[in-house]
Amino acid sequence: MADTSPPTHPPLVILTGNPNCGKTTLFNALTGLRAKVGNYTGVTVEKKEGRLLGVPKNEPITVLDLPGTYSLSPQSLDERIARDVLFHRLPEIAAPDLVVLVMDASSLERSLYYCGQVMELGYPLVVALNMMDVATDMGQQVDPEALAKRLGVPVVPMVASHSDGVTQLRSAILRQLKPPPRPVAEVGIWQELSPDVQREVHSLAGFLAAPNRAVSATAEALLILTDEKALADNVTLYPDTIRQRVANVRQCWETAGVDWRLLTIEARYRRASAIRDEVVRETAAVEQTWSDRLDRVVTHKFWGFIIFVAIMALMFESIFRFARLPMDLLTAGVDWLGLAVGRLLPPGDLHSLITDGVIAGAGAVVVFLPQICLLFLFIGLLEDTGYMARAAFIMDRFMSKVGLHGKSFIPMLSSFACAIPGIMATRTIESARDRLVTILIVPLLSCSARLPVYTLLIAACIPNVPVLGLFELPGLTMVAMYFLGILAALIMAWIFKSTLLKGEPPMLIMELPPYKRPSANTVFRHVWDRAMMFLRRAGTVILGINILLWFFATYPRGADLGPRYEALRQPLRQARQTVEAKSTRAGEIEAQLAALDRRENSEKLQNSFAGRAGRLIEPLIAPLGMDWKIGIGLISSFAAREVFVSTMSIVYQVDNNSDSQEHTASLAESLRAQRRPDGTPMYTPLMAVALMVFYVFALQCVSTVAVVRRETNSWKWPLFQWAYMGALAWGGAYVVWRAGHWLGY
Amino acid sequence: MTEQLLSLVSLTAGTAAIIREFNLSLDNQRRLMELGVLAGTRVELVRFAPLGDPIEIRVRGYNLTLRRQEAERVMVSLA
Ligand SMILES: Nc1nc2c(ncn2[C@@H]2O[C@H](COP(=O)(O)OP(=O)(O)OP(=O)(O)O)[C@@H](O)[C@H]2O)c(=O)[nH]1
Ligand SMILES: [Mg+2]
Repeated sequence: MADTSPPTHPPLVILTGNPNCGKTTLFNALTGLRAKVGNYTGVTVEKKEGRLLGVPKNEPITVLDLPGTYSLSPQSLDERIARDVLFHRLPEIAAPDLVVLVMDASSLERSLYYCGQVMELGYPLVVALNMMDVATDMGQQVDPEALAKRLGVPVVPMVASHSDGVTQLRSAILRQLKPPPRPVAEVGIWQELSPDVQREVHSLAGFLAAPNRAVSATAEALLILTDEKALADNVTLYPDTIRQRVANVRQCWETAGVDWRLLTIEARYRRASAIRDEVVRETAAVEQTWSDRLDRVVTHKFWGFIIFVAIMALMFESIFRFARLPMDLLTAGVDWLGLAVGRLLPPGDLHSLITDGVIAGAGAVVVFLPQICLLFLFIGLLEDTGYMARAAFIMDRFMSKVGLHGKSFIPMLSSFACAIPGIMATRTIESARDRLVTILIVPLLSCSARLPVYTLLIAACIPNVPVLGLFELPGLTMVAMYFLGILAALIMAWIFKSTLLKGEPPMLIMELPPYKRPSANTVFRHVWDRAMMFLRRAGTVILGINILLWFFATYPRGADLGPRYEALRQPLRQARQTVEAKSTRAGEIEAQLAALDRRENSEKLQNSFAGRAGRLIEPLIAPLGMDWKIGIGLISSFAAREVFVSTMSIVYQVDNNSDSQEHTASLAESLRAQRRPDGTPMYTPLMAVALMVFYVFALQCVSTVAVVRRETNSWKWPLFQWAYMGALAWGGAYVVWRAGHWLGY
Repeated sequence: MTEQLLSLVSLTAGTAAIIREFNLSLDNQRRLMELGVLAGTRVELVRFAPLGDPIEIRVRGYNLTLRRQEAERVMVSLA
């Protein structure tokens, strides 16, 4: 069956528009997917595909969500993606069959600017006039019919966040896809251009024209004539003849006194204002919306900072405090499960694998679910209310001191959840250097994977004493770790900006969108998705690592070890038979036997693969006060940080008593029970702080390294980042440990 | 008729002005213009950030923030 027709693909509908106008909200409503939505510009930084709901299965329609952009002259990577898709320059994406232009009814003029540019490209088009509710709140009534008549395309008024208008939009999409597209010729600002300009554009378009081109040649000619970067950035796309022509035309215009760079922008805005005046009726003079009033407080000279610090402190304190009860319940559940399953299994290696490796190991991570949910709840709220942009506004001064701009602050805040979205979010930063600096520092902010490590160490070692009557030392320690990460990130940014990656402080131009009431739907879905992701990860990657680790911690078993200890135990057992039960002597013998058991287990662990690896790096971490058992934890958490918790659980369980039927000691308790060879406790508050500082700084995350590699297109930067963060981690922990000793802790 | 040109940052919070000219790099000027800040456009200086930088302006019905460094090079006349 030879099929020679070119491969067909489902019709492609793309969503494009200004940043933050609701494209992704609409995409989710159209496809039933759950791409990330937030009330600040630059949430979406990658194209995302979905299937239109409500159409027959055998005639699928693809919908593509794009990053927002203000124009077809991109200034950052995310905007470039939108431009490249519209110009059909990405090999993996077909030419769009229909463009859904999402417009923000509350800032119609700016939307109309971009609308004009896109319309000229000549695709069949539907306008989704979103944010109708916001426009009404601002006292403006937008007339969709008048707009449709003026633009000559269907206009669907909507409130995407309430799914208002989604059905109408879907039918409009289907209607516009059906008939062969009517080319929209010479719309937009054409009439506004002088005959001379029109002539030059036409003649250049003649050179660009080719069969099968997706985009109107006239529109492309106009763009490359008037945008200095459209040619310079895409040298390979245009042959020399074209570039020569463009240079000639510009030269002519310059001698005639025409400013070709700004020519179209002014004309477009003239047209945009005219249209706006026709279709918008001011119904009420709204002096101040509630968003403006709120902003007066939130960005106030004095209260602004207080509120910022209070929000951060509240976030970290409550993660610590409110999660305690559900975490205790989960821990009890995991312990119960371990015991219940343990009773069903005969003692031996399988018993140990299931109870210590699988249940205790994965359970040690799963119990942190409540904290993860709270963290994502807070971040979701920050993102969906519009506070992110305000935080960037308030903090910009500090950011400029270290040579970055406020926009770099948004990836930093996102990184409290996870460094990976943080690194992706840097795509919105215009300057390549600043973007790189931000990528390099973002993993210093404490992500959710550090949370289990901090919590465990704090629970085990930091005494619960009140501070200033209001706070508790454990919560404060946690906040301190977060602030340490922020501080280190700023200092490192400053160092990089003044050495390796020197450059001017960049320009900051950022929209401050009105506050929105966060949508419960959006926020809870976000929390739910992240919780599921966390559990899935615990059940796959972490479980896998745990099982491996259990093997490494259990094998090889020295063949002579058992008999040797058996020989030592024999006389003691005989002695116990001869003395009276419950006498002091019997107690002593019991204690000696137990000590022997511990020594045997410890020696077994030492001889295991994991133990050997731990001892191999022990000289490296001994100056930090850490022993080889902690070394095992450090090594395994280079795969993912939270593995530290499960590793310690496995190491200490295996170490403890591998055949015991009843292990009830919590992980924090077994940490507290650890002793150094000289008998002093292993996990002192100082040790805990040194370890936490290590975790604040070290880049122990394979996925981050992989993403940095992809985003920087080289191995150089991720390796550099890994090394500098490793050096910081070791140095930081060393300073803490030494200074602590010196101070007498 | 001589109109006095001021820089955008010299406005006090809450005053409106008309944009007159730009002394910015072409890239930055293009971006501002694409966002609707053109010669002849009416803008309002909404507020200064807590530490005096950046500033927030209102233009064509929405709010935009930019740094002093750039705002100094945008000349306006009082509306
Ligand atoms: N009031 C109101 N809010 C909306 C509407 N549509 C979307 N939103 C909210 O507007 C914000 C931005 O929505 P997104 O869908 O993330 O916008 P986007 O266009 O994808 O933004 P970028 O990806 O940053 O370009 C979110 O907080 C939405 O909940 C609407 O019609 N009315
Ligand atoms: Mg989006």
